[in-house]
Amino acid sequence: MSIPALDVRTVSKHFAGVRALTDVSLELFPGEVHALVGENGAGKSTLIKVITGVYRPDDGEMHYLGEPAAFAHPRDAQTAGVSTIYQEINLVPMRSVAANLYLGREPVNRFGLIDFRRMHREAGELLAGYGITVDVRRRLGELGLGVQQMIAVARALSTEARVVIMDEPTSSLEPREVDLLLDVVALLRRRQIAVLYVTHKLDEVFRICDRVTVLRDGRVAHTGPVTGTSRLRLVATMLGRDIDQIRRHGATTFGDHRPAATGTPVLRAEGLTRRPLLDGVSVEVHAGEVVGLAGLLGSGRTETAKAVFGADRLDEGAVTVDGGSARRWNPAAAIRSGIGMVPEDRKAEGIVGDLSVRDNIVLAALPRLTTAGFLSRRREDAIVDTFVRRLRIKITGPGQRVRELSGGNQQKVLLARMLCLHPRVLILDEPTRGIDVGAKAEIQALISELATLGLGVLLISSELEEVVEGAGRVLVLRDGALVAVLHDDEVSEARIMREIAQASEGGTA
Amino acid sequence: MTGTRTARPDVLTVLRGGGVYPAILLLLLFNVAFTPNFATLTNLRLQLVQVAPVAIVAIGMALVIGTEGIDLSVGSTMALSAALLPLYLGYGVWPAVVVALLAGAAVGIVNGSLVAFGHMQPIIATLGTLVACRGLALVLADGRLAEMFDPVLGTLGNDSVLGVPISVLLVLVVTGAAVVAVRRAAFGRRLLAVGGNRAAATLAGLPVNRTLVTVYVVSGVLAAAAGVLSTARQGAADPSSAGLLIELSAITAVVVGGTPLSGGRIRILGTLMGALLMQLIIATVIQHDLPDSTARMLQAGIIVAAVYVQRGRSRA
Amino acid sequence: MTAVETTAATTGHRTVTGRLWWRPDRAGTPIVLALVLIVGSLVFGDSFASGRNLGNIALDSSYLLLIATGMTFVVLSGGIDLSVGSLLALSGVLTAYGAQWGTLTAVLLPLAVCGVIGLVNGLLIGTAGIAPFIVTLASLLFARGLAFAVADEGNKVHLIPADLALTRLGQARWLGLSAPVWFALVVFAAAVVVLNRTRFGQSTFAVGDNLEAAGLMGLPTARVRVLVYVVSALLTGIAGVLVAAQTQSGLPTIGEGRELEAIAAVVIGGTLLTGGAGSLAGTLAGVLLLKVIQNLINQVGTLTSYYQQVVSGTFLIVVVLIQSRLTRRRMR
Repeated sequence: MSIPALDVRTVSKHFAGVRALTDVSLELFPGEVHALVGENGAGKSTLIKVITGVYRPDDGEMHYLGEPAAFAHPRDAQTAGVSTIYQEINLVPMRSVAANLYLGREPVNRFGLIDFRRMHREAGELLAGYGITVDVRRRLGELGLGVQQMIAVARALSTEARVVIMDEPTSSLEPREVDLLLDVVALLRRRQIAVLYVTHKLDEVFRICDRVTVLRDGRVAHTGPVTGTSRLRLVATMLGRDIDQIRRHGATTFGDHRPAATGTPVLRAEGLTRRPLLDGVSVEVHAGEVVGLAGLLGSGRTETAKAVFGADRLDEGAVTVDGGSARRWNPAAAIRSGIGMVPEDRKAEGIVGDLSVRDNIVLAALPRLTTAGFLSRRREDAIVDTFVRRLRIKITGPGQRVRELSGGNQQKVLLARMLCLHPRVLILDEPTRGIDVGAKAEIQALISELATLGLGVLLISSELEEVVEGAGRVLVLRDGALVAVLHDDEVSEARIMREIAQASEGGTA
Repeated sequence: MTGTRTARPDVLTVLRGGGVYPAILLLLLFNVAFTPNFATLTNLRLQLVQVAPVAIVAIGMALVIGTEGIDLSVGSTMALSAALLPLYLGYGVWPAVVVALLAGAAVGIVNGSLVAFGHMQPIIATLGTLVACRGLALVLADGRLAEMFDPVLGTLGNDSVLGVPISVLLVLVVTGAAVVAVRRAAFGRRLLAVGGNRAAATLAGLPVNRTLVTVYVVSGVLAAAAGVLSTARQGAADPSSAGLLIELSAITAVVVGGTPLSGGRIRILGTLMGALLMQLIIATVIQHDLPDSTARMLQAGIIVAAVYVQRGRSRA
Repeated sequence: MTAVETTAATTGHRTVTGRLWWRPDRAGTPIVLALVLIVGSLVFGDSFASGRNLGNIALDSSYLLLIATGMTFVVLSGGIDLSVGSLLALSGVLTAYGAQWGTLTAVLLPLAVCGVIGLVNGLLIGTAGIAPFIVTLASLLFARGLAFAVADEGNKVHLIPADLALTRLGQARWLGLSAPVWFALVVFAAAVVVLNRTRFGQSTFAVGDNLEAAGLMGLPTARVRVLVYVVSALLTGIAGVLVAAQTQSGLPTIGEGRELEAIAAVVIGGTLLTGGAGSLAGTLAGVLLLKVIQNLINQVGTLTSYYQQVVSGTFLIVVVLIQSRLTRRRMR
């Protein structure tokens, strides 16, 4: 084989005593698409940041095009030909498409002033090369996310890149946009560019990648060609589990609990409309039932959850709990009526990182624990004690800052925050995303247990198996509208995917 | 590079956490040793009386900063309260004081509403009220200094109870109330949650907007009280100079005391000590015959240094 | 959400700058300015619309235009500079102080000192990562202190000799407008070119739009964020030199509240306080609008100049309120 475009040799990095990377080595060859996979916290982002010069490694070295290299800044990496495309689109939305393509290296005339005419012409031609036709003078933020991501790719490539690092580039794209992006990745391979493709989607690994490296706990757990590696082997390596164990247990730990929904529903939400995201979605949840909410990203799952909980202002629609409603429907009213919600974005909307575990758990219960404006520490502690034990939250003490907990334990704290209100209905938006396998299993089991005890659960998950195995009834959303309600035996991954696919053919956005 | 990076946080952590206490101790020792007539009861009382307005304003500021906000209008609010006092003194001292405090509350309602309902950046909202209120105070007083010879007001400003000046007692009461509010009251918890993560506080059903408005009202009322206090001590209301740049001293006291500007955490006692430290520094400068301008430049340096040391925390 | 834009690809003959400057929502300020001018002329007649009064407005605006131009760079980059009022005073005092050694020192001394203070502001903000309002609030205090120190705690007023080249230049008139107006217009024009046609200008927008992205795109974000504060301090320094040349003296007390005026002008001109979008043309309109309104307040005999502050503060709040409403709607 030729010399690697990028050669990372036994790199280590630690933060405040925590080892993020240990002796990680990685070779990237020209014309190769190399998948980098691993669970959250495996060290993928740290490795990218070490390569691109955001962090400096504590140990180990890097060779670029056969020469020793250490980038002090992402700018240096980019100048040298190592371009990165990030998960969140890192462009400037208020500037034009052309400006985004050429920022920092705009064509200038002989007075050193920017030549906008030339810049626009070249921008148009550049994008046309990737099959994108768009007015390059429009503000980037006015365009769809898919186009924005393509522009990010185009920008990265127009810098004469030899190595392109893609960090979960498809995570917010729709299937059609994903196809487009993968075509571009194939194009890169033909141009002899080395691509490091970071993803958590196994489909993509097997579709376009040549080799795969698995990171686990900051170490390389596996490197090898994609052909000849089985999916199950890959999953097992990522999870650090025995293959047989996974086979035996199935994918989730939900119980068999699937009672048919009968009688009057506890929660009834009708005609929830918030243009253009939600269009007349109705949801019913009975006591003791788990209702799944399926659909692609951006189909209105989270929007439905927030609408039911009163977190977003609605154009139309009503929510009733046990037939009653509140004059002003907001999270406070929802909580008083007996609804609880654990939001999707744990860090941004869930935990208050600087407050203690105790303060976080009783946060929503404050009105109930207050006498004449003062809090009862004794009653607080009683609640905290109960739920820390019941949910097996691992903490050094109730005074520990939530910021210091692992993702799984933070999620349990949020669950406790809602459960201590003794809700009738619990809305869980991606309750197991980004948490370790153990906590995931515990939370899945807890959901089943809660339903058995008579709680109504509205479960949102982007993992189809979770919805299929956890819920007795599944609502399928597409483009902000309800397209199917599946009961008991109808609930299967194939059927849900069919409903989603069918629907998206019907409407061409 | 890496070596120094790992070593640095430790030093900074010490400075951040309780750096203000050793600093005060050091400065006290310095003054006892080198400043004549420093360690006298009269002088120490004077220092405490002088720090009282800043301390009261700073505690309000600490609460606002805890919500990830800032209140730049406190100095103008002091001026407004000072301008109102002589106008309503005819109805008696207490009605006049009440009017002054109500004006502070009104400024707070405006600030709080702009931040909570208008979604304005606190800096800009309170910068606007800073200018508007100073103008209003000058309009009310017609730009003139008004002398007052009211015995009750004089008592408030200059007398003592059991040897402790009334203004110092007021500081202690405000501090105590703030400590209790932050540690034991639902209000304090709401405040910290709003400052730490506003979206999370909303989704937990907390009355976010009400909390924000309340905190700016508290800051406004405390600023007005400080205005009454300093007016009472001087026996004159001077709307053009009352509270000028006190927002800076207050912010410095808060930051030096260990409260991060990023919200979600409040140190009330630290704030009090921060105010005391700044007062001691200025007193030291003055008692060693350095000009006022030097004191200002020194204060500027301390502000930047204090925030620089704090900086690592908000980033983490 | 559309997957692929089907808008026809263009080769682009019109420039971005041409389109971004005059958006319907931005044209609001010039329209309001025109209306205020018309109403002012109708109500106050010649006492307002005379060449002399308009010349005064222009002179008064020129200092603010210089400061607000620098402030536009800072605000576009997502920052704020509260030190400009004090810097104006410091620059004026240093000009008068330096005048004893001739015109060259009188000009270079204040500019050098302001440049250094701007640089320190920028370094603390851009590289040390301290909040802009804290840093510039501190330098507000520092610059004022330094101004007083140079002026012997306010006891000594440095005077600029009448026969100095600086005095003659500062008090000259060409084509009916005083020299500071011309200086301000030249600097403004240069700033327009720098902001819209150079990489530094484009990077200023990008840094204010999305700092992290700008860094990841390889832009020298720290350098840009340092430079905008240097620009702001230098332009304020020029304004200070011109004020001193006009008044033949340097007073350490001037310029209080100027920072708010400048911020108000920038924001009224349609620049987003959060950075990333705005224009210098808007700032020019904002400066004129503010100064015309202040002039009108002075025309009303019963109102003291204190009302100007009340109006300025209220005006700023109202404009920012409207602005945040507009942008929030656009985001949704």
